[in-house]
Amino acid sequence: MQFRVIKKGEISQKKYTLITLTAIFSALVTSGLFLALLGLNPLEVYLAMVKGAFGTTYRLEQTIVKSIPLVVTSLGIAIAFKMKFWNIGAEGQIMMGAFGASYFALQYPDMSRPLLLVIMMVAAFVGGAIWGLIPAFFKAKWATNETIVTLMMNYVALKWITYLQYGPWKDPNALGFPKIANFTENAILPKIFGVHIGWIIALILVVLIHVFLKHSKKGFEISVLGESYNTARYAGINISKTILIAMLLSGGICGLVGMLQVAGVSKTLSVEISGGVGYTAIITTWLAALKAPWIVIVSFLFAALIQGSSFIQTAFGISAASALLLEAMILFFVLGSEFFTRYRVVLEYKLPFKKKEES
Amino acid sequence: MKSGSAFIFMKDITKVFGTVTATNSMSFEVEKGEIHALLGENGAGKSTLMNMLSGIYIPDSGHILIDGKEVNFSSPRDSIKAGVGMIHQHFKLVDILTGLENIMLGQKYGLFINKKLLNIQIRKIMDKYHLEIDMSKYVYDMSVGEKQTLEILKTLYRGAKILILDEPTAVLTPQETVNLFRIMIRMKEQGCAVIFISHKMNEVMEISDRVTVLRKGQTIGTLKKSETNPQELIEKMVGRPIDLSIKRIERITDNVVLKVKNLRADNEEGIEVLKGLNFDLCSGEILGVAGIAGSGQKELCEALAGLYPVKEGKIEFKGEDLIGRSPKEYITRGISMSFIPEDRLGMGLVASMDMVDNILLKQYHYNKGFLVNRKPAGLKAKEIIKKLDIQTPGVNYPIKNLSGGNIQKVLLGRELDVSPELLITAYPVRGLDINTSLKIYEILNEEKKKGVAILYIAEDLDSLLALSDRIMVISNGEITGIVKAENARKDQIGLMMLGKKEDEYAV
Amino acid sequence: MLTVSFLKAAVIAGTPLLFATLGEIITEKAGNLNLGVEGMMLMGAVIGFQAGYYSGNPLLAVAGAALAGAFGALIFAFLTVSLRANQIVSGLALTIFGTGFSGFLGQGMVGFKMAENFNASFDALKIPILGDIPIIGEILFNQDILVYSAFITAIILGIYLYRTGKGLNLRAVGENPAAADAASIRITRYKYIHILFGGALCGLGGAYLSLVHVPVWQENITAGRGWIAVALVIFAAWNPYKAIFGAFLFGGLDIIGFRLQGTGVSISQYIFDMVPYIATIVILVIVSMKKDRKNAPPKGLGEPYFREER
Repeated sequence: MQFRVIKKGEISQKKYTLITLTAIFSALVTSGLFLALLGLNPLEVYLAMVKGAFGTTYRLEQTIVKSIPLVVTSLGIAIAFKMKFWNIGAEGQIMMGAFGASYFALQYPDMSRPLLLVIMMVAAFVGGAIWGLIPAFFKAKWATNETIVTLMMNYVALKWITYLQYGPWKDPNALGFPKIANFTENAILPKIFGVHIGWIIALILVVLIHVFLKHSKKGFEISVLGESYNTARYAGINISKTILIAMLLSGGICGLVGMLQVAGVSKTLSVEISGGVGYTAIITTWLAALKAPWIVIVSFLFAALIQGSSFIQTAFGISAASALLLEAMILFFVLGSEFFTRYRVVLEYKLPFKKKEES
Repeated sequence: MKSGSAFIFMKDITKVFGTVTATNSMSFEVEKGEIHALLGENGAGKSTLMNMLSGIYIPDSGHILIDGKEVNFSSPRDSIKAGVGMIHQHFKLVDILTGLENIMLGQKYGLFINKKLLNIQIRKIMDKYHLEIDMSKYVYDMSVGEKQTLEILKTLYRGAKILILDEPTAVLTPQETVNLFRIMIRMKEQGCAVIFISHKMNEVMEISDRVTVLRKGQTIGTLKKSETNPQELIEKMVGRPIDLSIKRIERITDNVVLKVKNLRADNEEGIEVLKGLNFDLCSGEILGVAGIAGSGQKELCEALAGLYPVKEGKIEFKGEDLIGRSPKEYITRGISMSFIPEDRLGMGLVASMDMVDNILLKQYHYNKGFLVNRKPAGLKAKEIIKKLDIQTPGVNYPIKNLSGGNIQKVLLGRELDVSPELLITAYPVRGLDINTSLKIYEILNEEKKKGVAILYIAEDLDSLLALSDRIMVISNGEITGIVKAENARKDQIGLMMLGKKEDEYAV
Repeated sequence: MLTVSFLKAAVIAGTPLLFATLGEIITEKAGNLNLGVEGMMLMGAVIGFQAGYYSGNPLLAVAGAALAGAFGALIFAFLTVSLRANQIVSGLALTIFGTGFSGFLGQGMVGFKMAENFNASFDALKIPILGDIPIIGEILFNQDILVYSAFITAIILGIYLYRTGKGLNLRAVGENPAAADAASIRITRYKYIHILFGGALCGLGGAYLSLVHVPVWQENITAGRGWIAVALVIFAAWNPYKAIFGAFLFGGLDIIGFRLQGTGVSISQYIFDMVPYIATIVILVIVSMKKDRKNAPPKGLGEPYFREER
């Protein structure tokens, strides 16, 4: 008797979705067992999480506020991932975008609000784009491993913001407390339906990026390059240019998130500005299979998860890190589940051969 | 002969991959001390059947008996223990290790290895089977022939009594083939069972004692070589009488389309891989290129197509020097050259995309504005499906799921659609069945008739001799000679492939 | 004297990097790119710290850390070897998991300090004779037991890889799994064992931080060292001996800002904190500029192996 792995043919979208949902469910069950081990009732905890994320208008608004950066960052990451350029640097790109936006918010506090906000957006895009272009340049020129470079740049950005917060940008009115001064009203995003207008920007970007990846020439080139470097060369695609443009957009869009966060949520710059969005968005992008419409759904659910776990932190005394654990768990299970979309496992038992008696 | 008493007995073997039944209740018997040819087209199930005998695949159902005992292999490890050794088409050698280290792989030693003893043991085997190879050489420095010898030695060192050779001559020069046959006969004399997988009729007739013919996953029959003839074998293999002869069409013009002068190029490690090539190609001519794998064919094709950096020299296409032009400039400047690369899914096409997007690959440069227009590509796809009789569920089906022949037709269809004046094809029939191959030869001849200049790179000397007007032989990045195909001999080309210069240049 | 004490401190700061780099080398030699080093280090760090804190037994702390790292690697191995999942994303997931894991378990322990007598187990042990060599003796042979263990591990791994049959088999698995398979090497077993062992080393690297280098619990105690280790693997060209040099070089860069502070250099500490990360980028770029076969990664790196794939 033995297990055997057999390759499957193409499977239907429906089956694929079913397998993925089963994986997510299994992740919740496994995490639930873990909670039970800690002496908590998993159903109660999950229910509290749902309540924490959707229970009141305020909580729902908070969930939406948390999904905005996830959606936009995922869109940026999706462009890079489509090219199989492993941009893990969203975290740093967000910070540099926030830095760019904050520079103008702090330098020109009295500029007219619409103008200042537009300038901040441009500055944020540029900040993120530069942070994205540096690893892209090395990749295009010498095929330098982008995974590590983008990641290292996260730390450089983090140290840079730390330096600003504890050094030159420290608010002299904060009584020695290391924080950067709050923005004036002119640098704050207006709200529509109780949530800052970042949500509208996010939805516009979803449509734009969807069209870009699916129907534009550059989007097509990015997909071809992601699938096969040599075919891209063969088809006359300018490899270096494509890498640079894709990362300009990827980094720029992530940079924009920095602006949305400083101008819409924290109203100032701090080292916590990104709060791990750059990493969580890698998961949401992957789970959404790099598809813009799915990014909205997955990001919203993940935002609910994060919002919900910050609620259970106070209700049950569970660390906020549990959100990370749950995210990783879901990703583990979904990654593993892809095996079952490609292969099937059979248990078999073989009858021994009987020799025919011959005269 | 009694059923089931043979040395190797495979019975009712079935193996399914996804939706494809690779072997359907196949049976197969081999005796000790014979060379048994396994004849069949690509896709007939030869390799699959042998992969099951060597433990790489596990049969879905059926039985394998060796020396009367049933065996159940779940890995190559088990089959080696039972004395089965397989020489794969793609050698299973580790490039960065030496010959000796490759032999040592997976063997049980103490913590450290007694290389001296090992060398003595290897020497013994080499003497017994008349093999010769430098064991301290790194595999990446070895020629194809040396690698094959190393593979055979490795298998024998592991105590193989059953040796399976999967299309071993495909990559060899005629001289190396002669040497291989000598080794095979030596093994047979030593009592080994040798299974020889091939689709080349003349080799099967030359070396084997018995022949088993397979077709579309089924065993058609086993014949004694002395009691059959090539015509009968072909009929059994293809399923109907077939005319294998490829016609050569006389070339009409002397218009030089492509002129290559002193072409030189280095690879990434700075080693010169094209060492000053000079040749012309006329419209309506097929110039065959022969050479051992890795002699510079790939670099030549890519240099011509603007994909490989050229160090020195000229590539004149209708009087215009192409050096320094990018593939995109080729497309936008209307340089009507088409290139069918050897690695279809790795270079010419995108495996995971559908036919429309693959056709779009050559069209989207002409789309104006920011967006791509998939409509014309869709129409073109349908047209190509009809014209070349491509078997596919639809134009939106990922091409990686198509058969090799259909994939090649997609590529060919797209490239010929632009009515090129120069066509570069590298190994266009590799891995295809006879019918598709013949169809592709036919297409090449039709293009020739239209006046297209064709550079035809192939490994099969028979097709080169039959199809080309002239054959250019390259060895180690150099042209060792250009000969007229009508009066060229195989052994002469073989020597040139090994580097012997041919002084009689026919132009 | 300043330079000697600086170099000695560099060796200490480089030790967690050395453990992690060796762990990743052995993992990548098996053909698997595990980007979860940071996560496994964090898991080792938190388990090591807790085991040490509550039991007071250094051996238990170290063993716990190694097990925790191996546990993280087990998840990765199961996903990428058995289930053939994308290695890059699986590694990232492991890093996220490890970050959550250490945050979760270390939640209430931030600022906790190890007991004095526990720390004593990791005091410097001078090696007789070697420790008396001027300068070098003080830098290399007057260190704690884990520093020596890291050295010895590097040397043993070097011998294992280049001198033994098993090491040869391992290199074949990473280079060309199909060839290794045909040579009847048990691919899956080799991959699991080495990925797990690699994870254990990463766990030790993390524990060195929490037990010896910092000995106070703080969140995200590794601060990207796991990623630097991944880069060091490339820098060391997958060679355990070269990893020793790389790790100590980066150990030096790690502490340079802190050291310079006392000497009156007027640049902010936060700017100096960037140095190891920028240096990593610079080194990666330089390594990628020159390519040759000797410094190439294992050819099978990142690709899942399935015998029946066609």
